[in-house]
Amino acid sequence: MCITCGCSEDGQATLSNEKGEHTHILPDGSVLHHTHEHEHEHHHEHNATSAETTPTLSSETPPPSPSQQPHHHEHTHHEHTHHEHTHSHHHEHTHVHHASPHASASPQSQPLELHLLERRVLDKNDRIAERNRGWFAGRRVLALNLMSSPGAGKTCLLERTLREISGPTAVIEGDQETTMDAERIRATGAPAIQVNTGKGCHLEAEMIWQSLQQLPLKEQTTLFIENVGNLVCPSLFDLGEHARVVLMSITEGEDKPLKYPHMFRSADLVLLTKIDLLPYLDYDLPRALQAIQEVQPDAQILQVSARSGEGMEAWYTWVQQQWTSHHQA
Amino acid sequence: MHELSLTRDILEVVLQHAQGRIIRKVRLHVGKLAGVEIQALRFCFDVCAAGTYAEGATLVIEEIPGRAVCEGCDKIIELSSLAARCPCERKARLRIESGEELLIKEMETESCA
Ligand SMILES: Nc1nc2c(ncn2[C@@H]2O[C@H](COP(=O)(O)OP(=O)(O)O)[C@@H](O)[C@H]2O)c(=O)[nH]1
Ligand SMILES: [Mg+2]
Ligand SMILES: [Zn+2]
Ligand SMILES: [Zn+2]
Ligand SMILES: [Zn+2]
Ligand SMILES: [Zn+2]
Repeated sequence: MCITCGCSEDGQATLSNEKGEHTHILPDGSVLHHTHEHEHEHHHEHNATSAETTPTLSSETPPPSPSQQPHHHEHTHHEHTHHEHTHSHHHEHTHVHHASPHASASPQSQPLELHLLERRVLDKNDRIAERNRGWFAGRRVLALNLMSSPGAGKTCLLERTLREISGPTAVIEGDQETTMDAERIRATGAPAIQVNTGKGCHLEAEMIWQSLQQLPLKEQTTLFIENVGNLVCPSLFDLGEHARVVLMSITEGEDKPLKYPHMFRSADLVLLTKIDLLPYLDYDLPRALQAIQEVQPDAQILQVSARSGEGMEAWYTWVQQQWTSHHQA
Repeated sequence: MHELSLTRDILEVVLQHAQGRIIRKVRLHVGKLAGVEIQALRFCFDVCAAGTYAEGATLVIEEIPGRAVCEGCDKIIELSSLAARCPCERKARLRIESGEELLIKEMETESCA
């Protein structure tokens, strides 16, 4: 286990050579290379211990030790932005002074300050998602976020849906590379924007916001967002959508919901796709339905085939129901 | 690899708050059910922090255990994963009480002096 980056020798995606150089193969296949400064690492550990013995927020004075003379003071701090408001406030900073210099690259004489942050990591994305939601509400747009593993049939489903559904529609297409899917969508006559995320394996609220600036949307548009094919990452990122649709093709096996519970747990609707292939496969439909219900008892489940058209009417009805539940007619 | 974008957001928050101070330590709370690979997060942090005021900073991650109330039997159960179920009934709905946290708690910087 390497302390600096937390990578472990037994992890299959990490290769280390004798010089301590690391090659990490990330889940998306990209390769990163780095070295570790060991003196630096130990120096940090030392600091971590001494800072930890100092009370962080309370006003009690820690017992002075020979190597450190902690003191405590308060000062007015810079602006902190929270969810809905901006305000200035005081927060306490604990300063730890190291009397003796330590053999290290970093300056040791510097006292340390503690800053309390209490900030959600996803705060920024979620604030932009809220802005998107407001934008949709102002223009009476219904936004649906479609997610699945690559190849589950999102684009095929949309191609058929756009030809058969009534009322204005538009699509934001997320893929790591190429504009092929957006071209397939435009061939149906619906406006589409392609977002290429490059190495990114999911869409984020900011990408939707940027797309909305370029996509002219009529009032009453049903906006379909085809997320990047991935059953892990997109589930964390609210895009400002009104509902989430997770597709699972019957060629993927029955256990996907148990293997990717985050994704399925966030679904409002699960579409079991490529149902036309049922006669050719040895697919355990009850087991698949059971797996979905265990992970997400509140999701609706529909069986569809974009090829044969089977079950598509029920999907269009579900979309209509979203209109009634999210935008009062 | 959403850990990469999460790391960028973490760094944006801490670097903005630090206002040019050198960051020595960042403390996070990461729930066991948050859908985040801690190993990947640490790795991304080191890579992304390089060349910034957070370079070499220690990332302290406190893992928050998953806990849920089972609506089938009203018991509080420990959840190691979102796919885990209550033994009372596999389809019983679980109300998650903790384990989904993804928080930047605090950081230590060198002095503003
Ligand atoms: N048999 C069958 N094949 C389908 C169906 N929907 C999609 N496919 C096939 O599945 C493959 C991937 O479809 P696509 O829509 O591009 O998947 P996406 O990556 O989720 O957008 C294509 O080869 C499609 O022809 C369906 O309903 N039935
Ligand atoms: Mg596609
Ligand atoms: Zn490493
Ligand atoms: Zn501060
Ligand atoms: Zn990802
Ligand atoms: Zn129970």
